[in-house]
Order: sequence, then structure tokens, then C-alpha cells
Amino acid sequence: MTDFNSEEAAKLHRHLHSHLPSDPALRVKALESLVVERGLVASETLDAWVELYATEVGPKRGAQVVAHAWTDPAFRDRLLADATAAIHEFGFEGHASGHLQAVENTGETHNLIVCTLCSCYPFSILGMSPAWYKSAAYRARAVREPRAVLTEFGVNLPPDIAVRVWDSTAELRYLVIPERPAGTDSWSMDRLADLVTRDAMIGTQRDLKVPA
Amino acid sequence: MDGIHDLGGKDGFGPVDVDSPPFAHDWERRQWALSKNVAIPAGTIDFWRHGIERMDPKTYMSVPYFEKWCLNDLTHLILGGTFTLDEVLTGTVTHKDPPAVPRDLAAARDRLRANLVRFDRPIDTPPAFEIGETVKTKRHGHPGHTRLPAYARGATGTITHHHGAHLFADDGAQGIETAAHLYTVEFTARELWGNNANPRDTVLLDLWEPYFDRS
Repeated sequence: MTDFNSEEAAKLHRHLHSHLPSDPALRVKALESLVVERGLVASETLDAWVELYATEVGPKRGAQVVAHAWTDPAFRDRLLADATAAIHEFGFEGHASGHLQAVENTGETHNLIVCTLCSCYPFSILGMSPAWYKSAAYRARAVREPRAVLTEFGVNLPPDIAVRVWDSTAELRYLVIPERPAGTDSWSMDRLADLVTRDAMIGTQRDLKVPA
Repeated sequence: MDGIHDLGGKDGFGPVDVDSPPFAHDWERRQWALSKNVAIPAGTIDFWRHGIERMDPKTYMSVPYFEKWCLNDLTHLILGGTFTLDEVLTGTVTHKDPPAVPRDLAAARDRLRANLVRFDRPIDTPPAFEIGETVKTKRHGHPGHTRLPAYARGATGTITHHHGAHLFADDGAQGIETAAHLYTVEFTARELWGNNANPRDTVLLDLWEPYFDRS
């Protein structure tokens, strides 16, 4: 069992980084060999996890949730009141969504999600986060100059639209509900879900693209 | 701690690489799977996070993201007594248990769903603050793990939500299970960054009661 020894953790980090082979692929391979040999996990289990994230767990899940919120006002209310309970209806509950909060973009406000201290993200509905979400540049700048960051993503926000940046500092995780594009009134749920991108659910995209 | 990981508001990083995919290499996928399928004996999620914060700042800024996870998992496997430092450095396991039972895709799916960890806890004391109330965060941090970023210290904001009591991260990283009232606090961008910020913009953080000054 751990004794929560912070200084010892720092010491071990220094040892490991100095003495392990420098190639990260070899470091991960070394970790895998150790835990498989010790009987802590089977390699096939790791294969299955990689496959799960490659095929099933990704932003298509969040997109389905958003499309439902657009088309079913009662579901939208449930999602805004308790997103963790609402995604249970789809079987999307799980890793990092125990305290999920949905925040809605409007004509007057735009929401943007970040984790400045590490890289918190609602994995079970959005899959693995993009590398930029975990980058120092995004974590440093999203809270301080969100409009400049948005410009880099191609979003030029008029000054009269307020930006709300949510820094995921506790165990709440955030999902942005983008605005439903005009001219999609008669669309099926599946067609609507196809419009919703990962970046729109993080807040680095605002207007969803409707194919001509 | 005022560590290198506390990046919010730091200048000089240049543009965001907006097209970077979730994984660039297979070893990154492998590390993700390792971290989620091996019982890493860190005790709490907050002590696991604190392990990454204890990386040497130069190393923290230079190694790729999932390599930090790899080094941190190894650190906790040693700290928790699963391996010795020598076993890790030589890659030789001296004590072996029977091989783990493989889990298939269906089992992976179940594991993901079962990983719905909740951090809210019962509490006897009533919340000290209510929605709409103005609060001021503490000016000073402490050397341990904390989730009050430096950029939001000594700042005045407004409580927008109360989430009941959640496990308090600062104590959890020391192996102490304490619950404290958790709030969302909205700070104006001008309060945090000065008068050049857009007057409409705000930053919202989820903060525990011990982070506030009591006046």
C-alpha cells in the first residue's frame, strides 16, 4: 500500500527518467512486460481496450446525446439538470462522467472547456481527448485569451458574445451543447448527430457545418 | 504546490496545434490501456495526479503526454510496493503470480461502464456559502497537491452552483478522506487578467470551501 510520500515520488521520478531507455515506446513496452509477467494484466486485455476506444467510445456518443437534446425538450431538461443520469439512458455512463455537467451555447454566450492543472475530460462520451487539449499551449491560454485561441480554431467570436471558460478543477466534467443549425427542422436524429463534432462539444468550434 | 503543471494563464506558448489527433503513436494507445487496466496502487486519483506534479519541471515540459503517464505508473507501482526500483530498471520480475485472465471486448465495455466513480459524500455541516454570494479565494497555496490554480488565488468571484460535498482533493492526495462543500465560482476575466479583457467574459472553476477566505 502507498504511504502517500510526495518526496519519495519525486525521487523515483528522477531515478526513472535518468536510468530508463529514453525512447518512450521502449518505456511503455518495459511497463507492459513488467505488469504482464507479474500477472497484473493480460496483453489481450490491453488489445481489447485499444479496440474499444478505436471502434465504440468516441465523440459519436456525445453527438447522439446532443442531437437528442435538440429534438426532445424533456430530454434536454434532464440533460441540463443531471447529465450523468441522462447519459445512462444511452448506456454511455462510465469513466470520468460520474459528475457530468452539460452547458448550452446560446446566441449570447459561448462555452469553452479546459483543464489547466492536468487534462480532465469526459472520456466515456467523447473518447480520448485530442492532443491539443492536453497541450501546454491550450491549457495555459484557454483561460487567459480564449478569443485568440478560438481564432486559431477558425472561430471569430463577435465581442458582444460572452465567453464562459470552464476550468475542470474538481471531478465535474463538462459537455458543451452547441446550437442547432438553422434549416435542420425536419432532419432525422442520425442526420443531426452527424453534424455534431468533438470540437463543438469542447467549445473550440461554434457554428456547425451543414453540408450543402 | 506551485508546480510547473499549474499552467493556467502562462504566456509564451505560441499557437495551439489545432489538428493534432488523440493518438499519434501506438505506444500512446498502449499506455492509455495500461493505465486503465492495471490496478496502479496510488491510493487515490489525487495522489496519482500529484505524482505527475512531482516530476522534475524540465522533464514535465519535455516528455510527451503519455510518457508522463508511463513514468508515473511506474513510480506508483514502486511506491506501492508492487515492484522494486531494481526490478523496473533491469526489467526483471523476481516474483510472479499466475498470469492474469484475459478480458475481451465485452469485458472492456463493462469495465468502462463500471468505472463510474462518484466523489460526492455525505456531510454533517451546512454549506457556508450560498448561490449568488461573493467569495474570495485564499492568497496562498501550500506545498502539497491542490486544485486551486495559482491564477485564481486571492481573487473575488460569485458562486453559481453548489454541488454538495465532494472528496477534498488536497486531503485525498495525502491519504486522508475528507469531504468538503464544492461550488462552481464564476470570476470575471477582468478580475483575473485585468481591464484589457472583454467585460463580458468569465472563467468558472469548481472549488472546495477550504479554498475560500472566511471573513
